[in-house]
Amino acid sequence: MPRLHMRICEFNAWYGDQAILKNITADIPAQCITAIIGPSGSGKTTLLRSMNRLLEESEGARTRGKITLDGADIYAAGTDVTEIRMRIGLLAPKPFPLPMSIFENIAYGPRIHGQGTKRNRRDLEQIVESNLQAAGLWDEVKDRLHTPASQLSTGQQQRLCLARALAVGPEILLCDEPTSALDPISAERIEGQLKFLKEKMTIVVVTHMLRQTRRLADHVLLLWMGELIEGGTSHKLFHSPRDPRTQAYISGDIG
Amino acid sequence: MRSAQIEERLFQALMLLSVFIVAGSLFLILLTIILRGLPALTVEMITRPPEGGYYLGKEGGILNAILGSLYLASGATLLALLLALPISIYLRIYGQRSRLSEIVRLAMDVLWGIPSIVYGAIAFTFMLWVGMRASLLGGILALAMLELPILVRGMDETLGSVPSALKEASYSLGATRLETTLRVVLRQSGPGLVTAVLLAFGRGIGDAASVLFTAGYTDHLPYSLLRPVASLPLAVFFQLATPYPAVQERAYTSALVLTLIVLAISLTSRYLSKGLLKHQIR
Repeated sequence: MPRLHMRICEFNAWYGDQAILKNITADIPAQCITAIIGPSGSGKTTLLRSMNRLLEESEGARTRGKITLDGADIYAAGTDVTEIRMRIGLLAPKPFPLPMSIFENIAYGPRIHGQGTKRNRRDLEQIVESNLQAAGLWDEVKDRLHTPASQLSTGQQQRLCLARALAVGPEILLCDEPTSALDPISAERIEGQLKFLKEKMTIVVVTHMLRQTRRLADHVLLLWMGELIEGGTSHKLFHSPRDPRTQAYISGDIG
Repeated sequence: MRSAQIEERLFQALMLLSVFIVAGSLFLILLTIILRGLPALTVEMITRPPEGGYYLGKEGGILNAILGSLYLASGATLLALLLALPISIYLRIYGQRSRLSEIVRLAMDVLWGIPSIVYGAIAFTFMLWVGMRASLLGGILALAMLELPILVRGMDETLGSVPSALKEASYSLGATRLETTLRVVLRQSGPGLVTAVLLAFGRGIGDAASVLFTAGYTDHLPYSLLRPVASLPLAVFFQLATPYPAVQERAYTSALVLTLIVLAISLTSRYLSKGLLKHQIR
């Protein structure tokens, strides 16, 4: 059994008066890909955004409950939220490069965390190169690192965002429908990178695509109208689901 | 033809008419100042201050007013910008939808509508109170008050158009709000901020009423923050009020110079913000 990396414990979330997540308890094992699946509006993205405390940037969002990272509650008073987000990276559904060059996009994270001032230019160049390579983008952009990132194609932009997230050195990577805006070839490349990355880090992927879940996931959490109705290994969930709604969902009868 | 199509045509015609009215009046104003101002536009006019007998149509120029206006508007825009930037960042990044933000926005909207002579009067009262006389500094203060609401509202709208997903991209890398604002939000909204600054500068350099009591008027070139300065709008006003046609013509020349300055600054800043536009995320 792999090490437990994160634990969601009796977690609730609201937008205004509307309850989005109801009493979720689940485990995120280390160095695995955990997929959060479920129909639209089931709270998948809200759960993911709770895991790096990005949810609190949304207007009217409230939470109750615990989410622990290596045993420590990330919602505990006095927690440095920037450190949490440094340790838990996020890849958004639609790529949003920062309004600067390709190089500066990757260097952004290391710079704000003081790695740019402590290290010299060569080290920064090394960080940029290795992370672009890890995201599978290096060969395509190595000759135009100082051109605007906005000029890349959508598929390239998403890999840039992956490299940018990796450059901060997170232990966990949260991916919110990371391929939903991409063509099949770009999507396949992102999936390939994720499978490769799970050797070194813990990955959580929100997806509404069951086929993608089958290809990628080691563990699956199935959300239904804000409740966790089933969680476990991918094999178990797809082959011997306990809940009749899980059965109906994976067979395509509902959702 | 169906009635919906008739409506469509009617509204298209109305829109064309309003475009024609707006563009036509702009064209007429430009035509008037060019036709009446261009003949008197000489090198002497823009390189020398008024000399003996200038106001009777003799030698000299309006360099005093050109420099005065540039100093007044630049100083006021800079001062207003120093205040407007933190205010608009507060409105959009820190206090979004807070009660204070709503009050500030309402106050700025009301301030925008206040006639400039009122700003002049308020600044003048303040100057009397502290014992300051009509001066470049007084004019800068009055114009900065006039420009502040324009800047704040313009920058507020621009900062508000930055996609929240872009800010979140920065937050999720562990950046603080301040880092995100300074390194991402301001960069993304750069071209819009330039436009807001330009709008405020244009309003400031063209205003006559607020500098009338506060900056005064002089034939000398500006040399001290505490001495009176001339300005182009007042140069237009005074010269147009004289009975001599030659001097009246120079009023149009002054108006032409004022328009050219605004045009030049507008084109330069557009060119400069091109570099930022290239990086902007859509």
